[in-house]
Amino acid sequence: MTADPCEFVVAEAALLDAGRFDEWLALFAEDGHYWVPLLGAAQADPHSHNSIAYEDRLLLTLRVERLKNPRAHSQHPASHCQHVLQQPVLERDDAAGDTVALRTPFLYVEARGDAQVLLAGTCRHLLARTPTGWAIRQKRVDLLQAGRALPAIQLFI
Amino acid sequence: MTVYRNRPDLVAALVQDDRVHRDLYLSEELFALEQAHLFATTWTYIGHASQVPNAGDFVSLDIAGRPLLLVRQADGAVRVLYNRCAHKGTRLVTDESGNTGRFFRCPYHAWTYKLDGAPLAIPLKGGYEGTGLKACESGQGMAAVKHVAVYRDFVFVRLADTGPAFEDYFGEVLGAIDNMVDRSPEGRLAVAGGVLRNIVHCNWKMYLENINDTVHPMSTHESATQAAEALWQGNAADAPKPMAMEQILPFGAGYDFFDKMGGRIFPNGHSVLGVNFSIHSGYAELPDYEAAMRTAHGAERAADILERSPQNSVLYPSLSVKGSPQAIRVIRPLAADRTLVEAWSFRAAGAPDVLLERAMSYNRLVFSPMSVVAHDDVHLFESIQQGLRADGNDWVSLHRNFDPAELAQSTLTTNGTNELLMRNQFRAWARFMALGMEAAA
Repeated sequence: MTADPCEFVVAEAALLDAGRFDEWLALFAEDGHYWVPLLGAAQADPHSHNSIAYEDRLLLTLRVERLKNPRAHSQHPASHCQHVLQQPVLERDDAAGDTVALRTPFLYVEARGDAQVLLAGTCRHLLARTPTGWAIRQKRVDLLQAGRALPAIQLFI
Repeated sequence: MTVYRNRPDLVAALVQDDRVHRDLYLSEELFALEQAHLFATTWTYIGHASQVPNAGDFVSLDIAGRPLLLVRQADGAVRVLYNRCAHKGTRLVTDESGNTGRFFRCPYHAWTYKLDGAPLAIPLKGGYEGTGLKACESGQGMAAVKHVAVYRDFVFVRLADTGPAFEDYFGEVLGAIDNMVDRSPEGRLAVAGGVLRNIVHCNWKMYLENINDTVHPMSTHESATQAAEALWQGNAADAPKPMAMEQILPFGAGYDFFDKMGGRIFPNGHSVLGVNFSIHSGYAELPDYEAAMRTAHGAERAADILERSPQNSVLYPSLSVKGSPQAIRVIRPLAADRTLVEAWSFRAAGAPDVLLERAMSYNRLVFSPMSVVAHDDVHLFESIQQGLRADGNDWVSLHRNFDPAELAQSTLTTNGTNELLMRNQFRAWARFMALGMEAAA
């Protein structure tokens, strides 16, 4: 993938919107996490308070593998998603340029059958440079309404 | 269209011995009658006292369409008041929770009330001299809910004057709360880690009966358990599992496992599923914690507490308890086809952090809006809500293991896949609907 971390963030969302989940999963570092805190932007860490999702590669793989099973009943009809991103902003860049932090405000639409769910929030990516390009150490999704009652969110914000 | 109002006989006929009529799930009129009668004559869980630790702390919530406040008093007690200004009807607080200080103050005309709802002051009070204000409801302050029970910090209300006393209503099933609280060597729980909230587009009774449905996991959750099994394949049977695997893999246990876990019904719709064992029985042992439990409770009682890990205990009609992991689900009906489901986790005083971690992890994996386990449940509940609109069959089957002899027994232990635990809920539904409707007539 691309050397520009801002372009990486855009390309990452595009993989989700295209339903290319295996390729998306491969963007995560071995110790990478996907995190949707229950307190949104106010949450300090994933352990002192619960989260809507806090998943390592094992759980992310479980999610992706489940979606391939024809007996994933909730995927009949299948869900589709659309990320609408603002320009990613580079927030932090260590001296060597080996890890970067970005913030990307977004709207997320997940559609299934006649229904669609609209979520707003800000994504915070922590990326590590590897010989083959950027890897996701953490993708944190701070929802505007994280603590409110939500319907099922079946794909990846 | 009015079909059921003032017709308790027609309502009673919707619940037969071994099946229920689809109107229980579909009818907005029955939903309104439930809000008025079922949720008034039964005891509804409203919250945990640890949500309001300090004097003046409040939680506001709607129960059966009525706005309520759970309030910590200056003397340490908790009270439940209606969240309504005695003057014009403004809600006194509109935040979900907070601290009101030493009194409530209406933002509209500055009427104030003590923490117990008693009137404190009114601006321009001279204008009320010689009027009937003081003698009428508006002069009495905030109305309090009269029937409030606090059982080991779990707060319940009965909104109507008609209905059974708290201990008579719940009886033996209160042991499910004891089991969870006594998992604290200090005998104390506190809510922790926040609450996961889900909107499910189905009738609340469908969600509540599924809590006792042990036949669905094998087919409903096939995709999640197969993915988990494939990922875990190749590990030795006794290899220590990551907590998530420890919690998800047992969903794939077979029909025999769920049948043998056993279930027990109690009067008034309550039940314990998994009286023998459950999917929660296999969690890793914690020797230091178990030693602390023996010190606190004695060896026999400690063993009794720790050996019981029921699948779900239902305190009908609003609460489902898992003693281990220390988690509850709270069911809040919003409309005939819309239900709010909350998942709360608890910290047990004097117990290691890993117990809270288990509760949060379980809620996140199984009861979060992003749960891969819940996705298939929710899809099927919403599918039933649509499917029941079909012609040709007005009834929902509850026949499995029906035995006419059960009709004479209000407390009974049975096999885990017996739909008796669901029939028992609907029998209570019919009884309390009739009680409320007849009292109102």
